[in-house]
Amino acid sequence: MRIPCPYCGERDAQEFAYLGDATLTRPDPAAPDAARAFYDYVYLRDNPAGPHGELWYHMAGCHGWLVVTRDTRTHVIQSVAEVGAR
Amino acid sequence: MTGRGQPGRLASGGLVDRSQTLGFRFDGNAMTGHPGDTLASALIANGVVLAGRSFKYHRPRGILTAGSEEPNALVELRTGPRREPNTKATTIELFDGLEARSQNRWPSLGFDVMSVASLLSPVFAAGFYYKTFMWPAGFWERVYEPLIRRAAGLGRASGQPDPDSYETAFAFCDVLVIGAGPTGLMAALTAARAGARVILCDEDFVFGGRLLAEQFTLDGISGADWAVSITAELAQNPGVTLMRRTTVFGAYDHGAFGALERVGDHLPVPAPHTPRQRLWRIVAKRTILAAGAIERHIVFGGNDRPGIMMASAVRACINRFAAAPARRLGVFANNDDGWKTVADCLRAGIAVEAVVDPRPVISETLRTLAAQAGARLFTGATVLDAFGTANGLQAVDIRTSSARIETVSVDGLALSGGWNPSIALTCHLGGRPVWRDDLAAFVAGGTPAGMAIAGAATGAFDLRSCLADGARSGAEAAEAAGFTARAVETPTATEETLGLMPLWSVPGARTKAFVDFQNDVTVKDIEIAEREGFRSVEHLKRYTTLGMATDQGKTANLNGLAIMAALTGRAIPETGTTTFRPPYTPVAIGAFAGHHRGKQFRPTRLTPSHDWAAEQGAPFVETGQWLRAQWFPKPGEADWLASVNREVRAVRSAVGVCDVSTLGKIDIQGVDAGALLDRVYINSFSTLPVGKVRYGAMLREDGIVMDDGTAARLADDHYVMSTTTVNAAKVMQHLEFCHQVLWPELDVQMVSVTEQWAQFSVAGPRARDTLRKLIDPATDISDAALPYMGVTGIVACGGISGRLFRISFSGELAYELAVPARYGDGVIRALVAAGAEYGIVPYGTEALGVMRIEKGHPAGNEINGTATASDLGLGRLMSRKKDFIGRIMAERPGLTDPGRPGLAGFMPVDQAVRLRAGAHFIGLGAPAAARNDEGYMTSVAFSPSLGHWIGLGLIRNGPARHGQRVRAYDPVRGGDIEVEICSPVFVDPEGARLRV
Repeated sequence: MRIPCPYCGERDAQEFAYLGDATLTRPDPAAPDAARAFYDYVYLRDNPAGPHGELWYHMAGCHGWLVVTRDTRTHVIQSVAEVGAR
Repeated sequence: MTGRGQPGRLASGGLVDRSQTLGFRFDGNAMTGHPGDTLASALIANGVVLAGRSFKYHRPRGILTAGSEEPNALVELRTGPRREPNTKATTIELFDGLEARSQNRWPSLGFDVMSVASLLSPVFAAGFYYKTFMWPAGFWERVYEPLIRRAAGLGRASGQPDPDSYETAFAFCDVLVIGAGPTGLMAALTAARAGARVILCDEDFVFGGRLLAEQFTLDGISGADWAVSITAELAQNPGVTLMRRTTVFGAYDHGAFGALERVGDHLPVPAPHTPRQRLWRIVAKRTILAAGAIERHIVFGGNDRPGIMMASAVRACINRFAAAPARRLGVFANNDDGWKTVADCLRAGIAVEAVVDPRPVISETLRTLAAQAGARLFTGATVLDAFGTANGLQAVDIRTSSARIETVSVDGLALSGGWNPSIALTCHLGGRPVWRDDLAAFVAGGTPAGMAIAGAATGAFDLRSCLADGARSGAEAAEAAGFTARAVETPTATEETLGLMPLWSVPGARTKAFVDFQNDVTVKDIEIAEREGFRSVEHLKRYTTLGMATDQGKTANLNGLAIMAALTGRAIPETGTTTFRPPYTPVAIGAFAGHHRGKQFRPTRLTPSHDWAAEQGAPFVETGQWLRAQWFPKPGEADWLASVNREVRAVRSAVGVCDVSTLGKIDIQGVDAGALLDRVYINSFSTLPVGKVRYGAMLREDGIVMDDGTAARLADDHYVMSTTTVNAAKVMQHLEFCHQVLWPELDVQMVSVTEQWAQFSVAGPRARDTLRKLIDPATDISDAALPYMGVTGIVACGGISGRLFRISFSGELAYELAVPARYGDGVIRALVAAGAEYGIVPYGTEALGVMRIEKGHPAGNEINGTATASDLGLGRLMSRKKDFIGRIMAERPGLTDPGRPGLAGFMPVDQAVRLRAGAHFIGLGAPAAARNDEGYMTSVAFSPSLGHWIGLGLIRNGPARHGQRVRAYDPVRGGDIEVEICSPVFVDPEGARLRV
């Protein structure tokens, strides 16, 4: 796989570390249902067939966390953005 | 046929260099060949027909093909540690001194005891593993498996370390052309002339593909000469990379391909400073698959006899290698292409005894050719059975159009059932082949993005189509990659016809008829599979092992599929498709590993004091990627423990120095640096005064401890964090995640500075006295000015700016002196010189470990990925005034249960007894069973301070059980001793020595 890093250009996937679902938001720890919300946040994941926003870390490059939108059926990468640009 | 000792070498012609003779050995017999030969062609030139024995039945087998699809002629190549099993004789380039041995025979290739397996064939039929060896169950390991292992199996691995090196490399291009036959050469030429960066790969050692093996004329010159001239033009183009001996074995996502370059396989040993093989990742904007096609066989009785070859291989022998595979040849072909063999034999002076063609009607041209060759012509006929010995073919039985059986004496048979396009690389990303009735073959059902197929790989088998297709696809690929392509004139070429009439298998054979030669799958096996209901292609494959050998059934799959289709009355595409997975041909694990082997498995990082420590004779230990001094032996010390005990006593009584540069160091700056640390650590850091250091622990979001260390506040907006050695990169990644993903609003920046600093722990009652001699007197390092957990900037050794942290892992008065890494070597020498009058000793990781166990500090053994902060006695650090990563999840009932294993100290009741890490705790009197397991010993050490072994461990409800006794049960090493639970802090529990 090749991932086009917004800083470094297109690079081999072995330079990156994968984390997973980029659509998750860390829950409000002060909310009354924080325990349940954190349980979902830490453990529950959807497994979509199709475009999926994922977090990748350019470990052997710029150290940027990227949101890579990848089609899980074909590995086609539709977009890559630095995480702050969401 | 002449040649010194090469009875099968033709007198003239071929692409071998007759001016040089190469000596080689096959099964110990000395033979000769020429540069340009493969091992297979050299064997044929030496009159060798029998190349090996088959996998299951130990049937005698010859050479079937002239390429990488070869299922039969597998040999052990080379000797000693370089011995390589299962190499294909058809792809081994001959070199002087080559040694090869046949496989699967005992005691000799000609007489093989195990060929009686053939007589036991009912036992070895399809599904035999599942049926025969079911009962009794206990027999499998003791009887069946050893028996099968001895009888079956291919070659033997050397069993010794591979003396050669391998490497991996990247390459990038605009247009990758896979295959350098007529199509690939035209494609590369057109793309290269357009200005594209082109990589042209071919698994062969000469470019040209079928041009080398056939009697083609292009633009008035021979096909081989044309290939040479095109190759020469490509070689002149600086944008073109020609990669011979390079198999593109896999297609991967986003235009990436795996390719194996056999850099030194054609040499006795690789040239100095070169790898034996190189694994390429080629990244291409566009790719042209010009992989050609593979000729398929026709199944009939005894079709595996040595002497029966693919017609294309017979022509390769004659035209390319000038070797005669037979003296009296038969030809069995269902298409015009196979008839080329008759013409080539006629030209080379090889007698053609008979031509058998199942087509009832053939062209007048072919009839004339048969007559010219003096061959008996059988149309509408088939070869039913072949007969012979291990030393070759003797005769074939032909069923004529009038259903009579005629026996014709031959010593070779050229076989052609048509051609299958080589579309493996189109399937690697999930593409499914589609059937084409007009070709009676599967073609690609689609291609990965950026890939086009051209030439015979599309099913356009004739030369004119291939040349035109190559030129067109080369131009299109160059245009797609952003270049302007000009038309390249296609050379004039011989016209060809195919006229194929599909024939997969001849019914009525009286002897064994093989479908998959390498796995010994017969027609009968497919019939059994059909009878027993294994009719889907996936079941057929697994039940009979069809296509599951190292050749992936390149010559077998379609015939097997067609036979199943006929048995079930379905069409071939209804029965299933053949598909392909990488690698196209086997790739050695060593090539994937490249240089990452042995000590080079990962980088080795050296501490700033490494050279100095080596001078002291210290042994080193790997911690993460680092090499750290383990201890510093002195003359006369009996063992490592004596050295370690001395080092610990010296630190506790005088002073010691240890390189701690390997700990991760992260520089964190910005107005929100404290806020970030508050969210990452369980305890508070925004409240830390400037000039102070604090111990901290951080959790994963699931509430389990991730790492621990210290952070020092150097200024309001400037901290430096330390991590454990092994988690340095992980913590850095975590901090970047927290900042970039979770809290991008925080104004903070961070950078790893681990390698920028040399850091030395100076520990012991005389630590301050030692440092005082190095530190600029302007800096007051007294207890009052720099108390425990203080930090200050210093100037050392008369001009080196650094930092001095008053922190202690050993429990003694201790400092960590940090200086820029380039001064590390000088500073360790200066420290040892300065401390000499106080009896300073260097100490290594062992003494460091002993002292941290004596002080009850958790380390990697305790921070084990399941322990919470509370489990490790750090619960009191968890702030209640702020949120931090892992706080919510750490409150789960399962993680706050007081019955969880918690950190405690352990002492043997009998103080003479040694403790063992890994021993499990079991209540006194309770049976040693898993249900009574209460936890385990995580770390042990001999404590010179106490004079006996001590340990740390995690035991159920540990902190509340000090004074109780349990068993430390260690069945693996035969240990079962009584231990007393105690405080994990064995030395100076009040911490008085830290604050002097």
